Amino acid sequence: MKRARVAYSGAIHEATPHGDQLKLADGRVVREDQVVWLPPFEVGTIIALGLNYADHAKELAFGAQEEPLVFLKGPGSVVGHRAVTRRPKDVKFMHYECELAVVIGKAGRNIPRSDAMAHVAGYTVANDYAIRDYLENWYRPNLRVKNRDGGTVLGPWFVDAEDIGPTVHLPLRTLVNGKVTQQGNTRDFVFDIPYLIEYLSAFMRLQPGDVILTGTPEGVVDVQPGDEVTCEIDGVGRLVNTIASDEAFGR
Amino acid sequence: MSVSLLDFDVPPYRLSGTVYGTLLNHQAALAQLGGAVNEPPYKAAPKAPVLYVKPRNTLASTGDAVVVPDTAGALEVGAALGVVIGRTACRVQEQDAFAYVAGYTVVADFSVPHDSYYRPSVRLKALDGSCVVGPSVTPRARIPSPDDLDVGVFVDGKIVHATTTAGMVRNVARLLADVTDFMTLAPGDVLLLGVAAGAPRVAPGHHVSVEIGPIGRLENDLVKERP
Repeated sequence: MKRARVAYSGAIHEATPHGDQLKLADGRVVREDQVVWLPPFEVGTIIALGLNYADHAKELAFGAQEEPLVFLKGPGSVVGHRAVTRRPKDVKFMHYECELAVVIGKAGRNIPRSDAMAHVAGYTVANDYAIRDYLENWYRPNLRVKNRDGGTVLGPWFVDAEDIGPTVHLPLRTLVNGKVTQQGNTRDFVFDIPYLIEYLSAFMRLQPGDVILTGTPEGVVDVQPGDEVTCEIDGVGRLVNTIASDEAFGR
Repeated sequence: MSVSLLDFDVPPYRLSGTVYGTLLNHQAALAQLGGAVNEPPYKAAPKAPVLYVKPRNTLASTGDAVVVPDTAGALEVGAALGVVIGRTACRVQEQDAFAYVAGYTVVADFSVPHDSYYRPSVRLKALDGSCVVGPSVTPRARIPSPDDLDVGVFVDGKIVHATTTAGMVRNVARLLADVTDFMTLAPGDVLLLGVAAGAPRVAPGHHVSVEIGPIGRLENDLVKERP
């Protein structure tokens, strides 16, 4: 089952797909541009992976990894489907990152690989923006690159784990203004989902609502104000986001 | 192991559960690195504040046992002033910064010792119960000079580390301005002013106290992972 959280007519609703429209829990059917899309679940700890596709690691000139490159993000960076993300005037390279977001549904510590998928509630699409101009070599990737307001786009749907099944091999791609710029498949993860859950839960208790952003494949390109960026994962969703200039934010 | 939110559950002192740490904000901590800041892998001194996230699984209260992983053997205790945000802080100006502060608390940030600031593994900083916050929030009005407070770390009652919140690269107001330029802080978020150089190492069996003058004192026992 797919469901969204949307704001409509003065309240927050759960919504499900209804043709190319949305059906609210109370039965009303609305167009998708009539609602404000919120992140589709209550976001807990945001755990993000760097370089989890071999091709992207190569693109950024990284060697073999001994352990996953994990960083954490705060909840303030999260926005929903159709939100805008600011590109500061002074930067030269701001790029999207299309990622499968794995949402934890059952708490656990020291979860063995064999049980890991039982802790997954479902999935959504993430677009985890980065501004490379701000990259500094101190606690990489530093928060000014990766924890910016509006820099973590999640949605549109929360998709139940059983809809995807135990083997998560999903084609994904990014389109900028309708043109495909990034393509990959989650079967090419360096560290797969069970590995990541086992690894993380060996030192931190995972809790419902925690989300693992599983990294992005090669093909990141600069985006400019006005660009429409669409991150698609087959069977999970199609997440749209627009880049806005400083002017739109009064700065 | 979780922060007793009851102690803080009165607006504007309710905690959100989001804690951001700051590193290398003590002049001495940065100076200790000397010329290395310009060498690989760093290649330049930090420009933006050096920040990290302490996720919710790390939150703990005074009195909780702090577990030392068998593989680590010891932890480093980072004593830090916690600035508790009182209202939504976005693009805060330095001269207005204190209007966004609800109060202050004491934070003992335990981490597995590591020498590199380049890309330390998250498992060194995000251990369950490794961020002790409390024991209460002292209202801002009672702390006229947050940038001049004595900070002490005690092991089994003896002081092992004495420092101050004075002389930071960024004081409380400047740090709030620089952080909220790109990330909004929400009411109840806690921003750590930073940990001094030479943070002491502590091991299972130690009783650790962290005290910041008028704000309060944390008391925690360190224990082995498997007794």
